[in-house]
Amino acid sequence: MSEPINLTKLIFGRLTWDAIPFHEPILLATFVMVALGGMVVLAAMTYFKLWTPLWRDWVTSIDHKRIGVMYVVLGLVMLLRGFADALMMRAQQAMAFGGNPGFLPPHHYDQIFTAHGVIMIFFVAMPLVTGLMNYVVPLQIGARDVAFPFLNNFSFWMTTFGSMLVMASLFVGEFARTGWLAYPPLSGILGSPDVGVDYYIWALQIAGVGTLLSGVNLIVTIVKMRAPGMTLMRMPVFVWTSLCTNILIVAAFPVLTAVLAMLSLDRVVGTNFFTNDMGGSAMMYVNLIWIWGHPEVYILILPAFGVFSEIVPTFCSKRLFGYTSMVYASVVITILAYLVWLHHFFTMGSGASVNSFFGITTMIISIPTGAKIFNWLFTMYRGRIRFELPMMWTIAFMITFVIGGMTGVLLAVPPADFVVHNSLFLIAHFHNVIIGGVVFGMFAGINYWFPKAFGYKLDSFWGHCSFWFWVVGFYVAFMPLYVLGLMGVTRRLSHFDDPSLQIWFVIAAIGAGLIFLGIISFIIQLVVSFLRRESLRDTTGDPWGGRTLEWSTSSPPPDYNFAFTPLVHTRDTWAVMKSDGYIRPTSGFVDIHMPKNTAAGFAISAIAAVVGFGLIWQMWLVAGIGFVAMIAATIYHTFNYNRDYFIPAAKVVRTEDERTLLLSSHV
Amino acid sequence: MSAHTTSTHAHNDHADHDGHVSHSTFKGYATGFVLAVILTVIPFWLVMAKVFDKSSTTGMLLLAIGAVQIVVHMIYFLHMNTKSEHGWSMLALIFTVMVVVIMMSGSLWVMYHLNHNMMPGMMDTTVETKPESINAAPASTALTVAVPQKAAGTQQVP
Amino acid sequence: MSETTLTANAMGTKSGNSYFVVDHHPENGTLLGFWLYLMSDCLVFACLFAAYAVLGRNYAGGPSGGMIFDLPMVGINTSLLLLSSITYGFAMLESQKKQVRNTMLWLIVTGILGAGFIGLELYEFVHLIHDGFGPQRSGFLTSFFALVGTHGLHVTFGIVWLITLLFQLKRHGLTAANTRRLMCLSMFWHFLDVVWIGVFTFVYLMGALP
Repeated sequence: MSEPINLTKLIFGRLTWDAIPFHEPILLATFVMVALGGMVVLAAMTYFKLWTPLWRDWVTSIDHKRIGVMYVVLGLVMLLRGFADALMMRAQQAMAFGGNPGFLPPHHYDQIFTAHGVIMIFFVAMPLVTGLMNYVVPLQIGARDVAFPFLNNFSFWMTTFGSMLVMASLFVGEFARTGWLAYPPLSGILGSPDVGVDYYIWALQIAGVGTLLSGVNLIVTIVKMRAPGMTLMRMPVFVWTSLCTNILIVAAFPVLTAVLAMLSLDRVVGTNFFTNDMGGSAMMYVNLIWIWGHPEVYILILPAFGVFSEIVPTFCSKRLFGYTSMVYASVVITILAYLVWLHHFFTMGSGASVNSFFGITTMIISIPTGAKIFNWLFTMYRGRIRFELPMMWTIAFMITFVIGGMTGVLLAVPPADFVVHNSLFLIAHFHNVIIGGVVFGMFAGINYWFPKAFGYKLDSFWGHCSFWFWVVGFYVAFMPLYVLGLMGVTRRLSHFDDPSLQIWFVIAAIGAGLIFLGIISFIIQLVVSFLRRESLRDTTGDPWGGRTLEWSTSSPPPDYNFAFTPLVHTRDTWAVMKSDGYIRPTSGFVDIHMPKNTAAGFAISAIAAVVGFGLIWQMWLVAGIGFVAMIAATIYHTFNYNRDYFIPAAKVVRTEDERTLLLSSHV
Repeated sequence: MSAHTTSTHAHNDHADHDGHVSHSTFKGYATGFVLAVILTVIPFWLVMAKVFDKSSTTGMLLLAIGAVQIVVHMIYFLHMNTKSEHGWSMLALIFTVMVVVIMMSGSLWVMYHLNHNMMPGMMDTTVETKPESINAAPASTALTVAVPQKAAGTQQVP
Repeated sequence: MSETTLTANAMGTKSGNSYFVVDHHPENGTLLGFWLYLMSDCLVFACLFAAYAVLGRNYAGGPSGGMIFDLPMVGINTSLLLLSSITYGFAMLESQKKQVRNTMLWLIVTGILGAGFIGLELYEFVHLIHDGFGPQRSGFLTSFFALVGTHGLHVTFGIVWLITLLFQLKRHGLTAANTRRLMCLSMFWHFLDVVWIGVFTFVYLMGALP
């Protein structure tokens, strides 16, 4: 005698109306704002007839320049969400003392710090870094696009849909309450039976596929598509650091994929990877996830190092000091990144011999980074330094990152770490290096390459405002956390009993407010620059006196990047070309072979998101059908053999003639 | 400067210019196959015929023979050599092997110490008494090595 | 190397160097890209092997490997996979001789052998689960099912890919693109055999040791 199949359960799984947080005022208010804002945007897009251009020129684009811009846009948009989480945490921690519970109950607060971490690492830092590499690397190596343009588009949409799943958790269900790495047993099915950890898992699995494929893409691009004459040791340092970053991605992200898959098997099937009994080991999760986690932070910082290696020579009008040692340092960092992971869990109990080994390797890995700092300083020495915004961000990085790095070396000493592990000292350290390193690096890179991408510089005044609010705000927000950490305050707490701590939290909240002003200034900078774009116009393509090949193109570059592929003879290719009296060719153009746009990447990623949503809510029918649809769509795409076209020589002639005109009109 | 004629050569012939793709030969595959068969039969025989008394000896040999067979596959089936893709294939393989070795040995070392320090007496290596075959019903009593008994209520909820 | 047509133009440069080429075709990167993807897949398996290495003796009162592994059947499975590797090799040899039909025939044989492998593996899994030795039973069984199951999933995807490629060969023949795809699937298929060496050595044979 079988039960009738419950159709609702089959289709909707555990998704019910209870999942919508009608009873949470903060979320309801957020939803209303998002809905209203969204409707305004949709209305504007319809009014200005932007849907078709959006689909044709951006969503389906396989052009690395457009994809790079979209990644950066994604990162900046998610920065707003991640920072909103930060503001809420600072506010809560500044007020919740003694009898005052603050405005965020622990159930909510836990989701906020988890979401803050996940979003900032995976959906702000990674997209910003990937976006810059996508935009700049093909141009710097004299190529027309990346090795696998379709895959590039697909990678972007997978990342975006992953972030959409995280955003969906705001309004449908809830997010994980485990911290950004979701340790079991808390993240297991007994500790977190709700959908939160499932949102976490599937958002990261989907985004992770995108990242991994992007890693393969950029390695092959750098290996195979360099312009003739560009040997490895003639590549710009940014390309070297991108190569190392993508090697780290390919060798680290599979571990994340495997570990999250194991966690989800534990949750859904009842396996015993990380359970407390039946032969599981929760400690193994921590071990494996940090085997991914440590290379991940080098994935974030190496591109920033590359950015600085481009900016310092340009704004000091001087060749980079120690090119060879920069390359070796990057490669050494790449290899050593795999030998330090245990320093994230010294206190878990592996004992003195293990801890000593990893403590020593951790200290060793600071050396190549130090070498890089010295190289930048030696480049600046006796250079003609121009304190434009990219250079200002670089100097702020050098000071801030070194402080953060030093606290890192402190943490590398296991007995010291035993005192401050998981305290606010740790939080201050990693924000110090991530904000000082990655965020400042991204702002430096954005200010530096924005004119190349859009044809006009960013407004200087608002850029300065943003800079000072960010830098001062960072120190005001995070130095108190070092103090609090040394006094013994634990991380991830939403309420405190000791009133003597409050002043530090209030100072930190003020710092967060200053950073908020920095973000607002940045948004204003973007708007004002757009409005003033004619007066900020870059007509030469080389507004800063650059030294690498991207500055030889127009701003923005044409679709095909280079009418003729460059022939390279030296490092600092463009600088040498300029000093050698190079004259741009104005005739003899030929047809150019280019890949076609496609909707397949967007479509397959969208289906993947549906599958993810289905798996989260145990809507097995939806997930199953969606999975089959995804495979079918992918196979269908492979039957498309007609993926390229030629830009006719006449069009190239027209485009290049326009540039000739523009260059001659520039005084 | 004279104008250049448009390129007429087909752009999907790039594969022909790569040149480094090793050409397979029947001899290569046959050699690899024979070697692989030998290197498979020996391990199975060692275990099934219980050739050595000590498990550790057998274990070491199994690992060594397995490693050799992997190399055989790499050379004869995957055409691994230092020229493929200008040496990048080999470099990628070496790097991957390095990471795998670090990950496996590191994890084993770390987990051994963690289990030893943090889970003394909780090594759950209890084993059932041996059923006769794969199809036999589970046996009744368990031989315990570890101390704690598992309570019935700790089953995982799927 | 890549194709490049140099120009004699060195317009105005002091050194006399020319700084551009007219017709440049970068080498195709598909095979290298796929190899890199395989390296990443290697790491997924390494992770699963690591889990098995750590949890593989946690029997939790359940059976050990020696009790449940049917080594003769594993031997048959190993032979099937190894044979399928050689039949794929024959398919590659035929493709080098530009023989589409024979290529497809050997691919079909490979697919059948692969399906046989999956079939036997499913039989083993179903039996184990039926006996109460499913993946939920212990840390050992969890890591066993995950590792062997993931390998089986990969082989299944390989078979799906193989079928797709058969259709594409039928439609377009041995074009450069299809030849590249054949070579990628070849790498994938042999790679899965390499992983299987690890599985039968480390999991089955060593797991069966007392």
